[in-house]
Amino acid sequence: MNKELKILAVVVFFSILTYVGVEPFAHSQMHKHVDDPTYAYADLKDSGKKGDAVKGKELVTGAGACTGCHSLKAESLPAPMDALTSASAYGVNPPDLSNSGALYDEKFLADLIKNPAHALGVEHKFKDGAMHPMVGFYGAGGDIDQEIADMVAYLKSIAPTAENLTPKDAFESACGRCHSMRYDKWSKIGTDPSFKSDKEMYEYKAKVATYDEALKAYMGAMPPDLSIIIRARSHHFLSTFIENPQSQLEGTSMPRVGLTKDGEVKVMEYLTQIGDSSKDKRESLGPWVILFFVIFSVIAYFWKQSMWKDLH
Amino acid sequence: MANFEKAKSLGDWMNQRLGLDTVMRVMAYEYWIPKNINFLWAMGMILAMMFGVMLVSGIFLLMYYKPDAALAFDSVNYTIMTEVGYGWLWRHVHGVAASVVFLVIYIHMFTGIYYGSYKKGREMIWITGMLLFVTFSAEAFSGYMLPWGQMSYWAGMVITNLFSFGSLELNGVVEWIRGDYVPGDAFILRFFMLHVLLLPLAIMALIGLHFGALRIPHVNNQDGEEIDFDEAAKLYKEGKKKESKVIPFHPVFLSKDVFVMGVFLIFFFYLVFYHYGFALDPVNFDPADGLKTPAHIYPEWYFLWSYEILRPFSKDIGLIAFGFAQVAFFLLPFLDKSPNAVPASRRGLFNIWFWVMLVDMIVLSVMGKLPPEGAWNVIGLLSALTFIGLWIALPIITKLEKKV
Ligand code: HEC
Ligand code: HEC
Ligand code: HEM
Repeated sequence: MNKELKILAVVVFFSILTYVGVEPFAHSQMHKHVDDPTYAYADLKDSGKKGDAVKGKELVTGAGACTGCHSLKAESLPAPMDALTSASAYGVNPPDLSNSGALYDEKFLADLIKNPAHALGVEHKFKDGAMHPMVGFYGAGGDIDQEIADMVAYLKSIAPTAENLTPKDAFESACGRCHSMRYDKWSKIGTDPSFKSDKEMYEYKAKVATYDEALKAYMGAMPPDLSIIIRARSHHFLSTFIENPQSQLEGTSMPRVGLTKDGEVKVMEYLTQIGDSSKDKRESLGPWVILFFVIFSVIAYFWKQSMWKDLH
Repeated sequence: MANFEKAKSLGDWMNQRLGLDTVMRVMAYEYWIPKNINFLWAMGMILAMMFGVMLVSGIFLLMYYKPDAALAFDSVNYTIMTEVGYGWLWRHVHGVAASVVFLVIYIHMFTGIYYGSYKKGREMIWITGMLLFVTFSAEAFSGYMLPWGQMSYWAGMVITNLFSFGSLELNGVVEWIRGDYVPGDAFILRFFMLHVLLLPLAIMALIGLHFGALRIPHVNNQDGEEIDFDEAAKLYKEGKKKESKVIPFHPVFLSKDVFVMGVFLIFFFYLVFYHYGFALDPVNFDPADGLKTPAHIYPEWYFLWSYEILRPFSKDIGLIAFGFAQVAFFLLPFLDKSPNAVPASRRGLFNIWFWVMLVDMIVLSVMGKLPPEGAWNVIGLLSALTFIGLWIALPIITKLEKKV
């Protein structure tokens, strides 16, 4: 017995050595180190102003012009243009703003309203006078920082609480204009309908293709489908990438999205629901299967002992 | 015609027609195994069991998999993983088993090398074992193509490229193997055929042959003792179990194997449920894209050592070294000139050879995964040269070995 354990120790030692070498160690050398996300957006300044949601509402739906481009379902304000027309005008369909207050960091929102290319971290793409499709807010006559704080306060006041924001809504608002999710029938311009005829299907597909074409031209790269990105990238990669895409892929055309920690958790939850739908079942079945084999081994051990008892 | 009597039971009825008693006696109750063996001798049965696990899980996957460049990825990652009840379990079992089986194969091989179990009449066991290693490798590689992820595509590209044989530039051969200029529909279909039909058939035949090759020489033992099996079997049958050096395959040897299998399965299912990333590479969850080369292309962990023998050299020399590594292990019984079939610990220089070889192959594996840059390149080159040097040294040091 003693000897068997020594042999086992040798086998385990070399197996672990190999494992550590080809997995954790090799990966630590292959991928650059990026610190865990902090969601601090430390490069953005806090104006320190306290916003007034009532004034903010007037600005968002009026002088701020936000609803001139964005829909606001929370206030039953439809999008001024449909997704395809928007895409041909801006390259991408501006997202609905109902959930913005819950998803995005306050400092980020304020900076986004003032200077979108800066907040989104895509200034390198809009040099030499090229304009970001979301026009910055130039002020409505008063203190611009106060006005922005008012709008942010308003967006937060209409946003659902963390419990009421579904993971799917979080994804559609934050990522859905650029990324499809084909395992959940999401095609950037909406959820795929069921088709009554081939003609309907081809017409719809043509719309999606037209949108994709505009999006690709605007972004410079086609944003990938995210159906099982949760299995294709580590959790660490995704969270750091979402906080700041440049940290992981220098020069990537994906903008910084500006999510709060809660917002990121919601988006990840959705990516897990769709891309790793067996996670819960795996975790609930696992212990039982392992327990079965523990009992099996114990019984087998006694069988072996009884078989070998009069051999030595 | 033989004489049939009215059967007393179903068992008796079958026995008269199939000779089950005789079969069981020859295959199990009187198939003698030395008593002085340790759990490493259970690895062979674990391999046989794991092949069974792969066959069963594979059959379940086969009911939903679609071998088509446009459909393969989603048939695995959507249909099997989310729509089919427990499809995810079959896939994880199949994928993790494919990886773990190689760990067990390597343990089984190094056990054979350590105890000299390829010598003195056991050469055919070793050679059929190596044929199993090669067919298992082909089986694993062809299976890896099927989900049609980024690694399927690019590993398929790189490995099939080897068949242009370097400067010979036999691109026609590569195209013939792929059925196209680049991996595509034809490529998936033929690897699908290999994976689910031809190679499993070959493996089953080879397992039969491997078992058959064990029959006459019997398995070795941990002391390198030469046992007179007839003598020992006689003692056992007379009830002198303590004095006899052997035990029957069934139920005595098997009772130990089953215990080792149980412990192994605890480990295996832990991996299936909680730690499968090493076997189901994340990169392969990105769909195949012929226009987007992944940042790092590397084979599965069990091919890394031979990949690293290819990589540090220039194209042609690398290929020759690679070819050498593939045949060297086959020739082991003939390159080892020593008269001793005893554990390496009692074989002087060979003992050193064994441990250096083991460590060298681990180093090669790690270097095979790392990006080929700077110090890694140098270490990779040195360990590849060590590997080749060890095989050249083997006949010499074993020739010098004295009889123990
Ligand atoms: C001229 C049209 C236009 C106006 C006006 C406009 N936006 Fe936008 N907005 C866009 C477009 C286009 C995008 C998508 C940009 C992108 O993805 O590159 C966008 C994106 C956003 C986002 C998502 C940012 C992210 O991190 O993903 C928010 C939030 C937003 N706008 C809020 C506002 C607010 C608040 C206002 C009013 C102050 C406003 N927008 C005014 C066009 C507009
Ligand atoms: C304005 C468009 C846009 C939005 C909004 C957006 N992305 Fe992206 N994303 C892209 C583009 C473009 C790429 C491709 C980048 C490249 O290839 O360099 C990309 C790539 C990615 C990748 C792949 C990175 C890799 O390793 O290849 C992930 C993961 C990702 N996005 C996640 C998200 C998530 C999660 C969200 C929502 C929180 C999101 N994206 C929102 C445009 C966007
Ligand atoms: C992959 C499928 C394989 C299966 C199912 C298998 C099965 C077995 C079994 C059941 C035994 C007897 C019990 C034992 O000693 O473990 C055995 C012995 C042996 N196998 Fe394998 N084997 C496989 C692969 C290999 C490989 C790849 C090699 C090495 C090249 C190999 C070499 C040997 C040797 C040398 C023995 C004799 C051991 C001894 O005499 O002590 N086998 N195999």
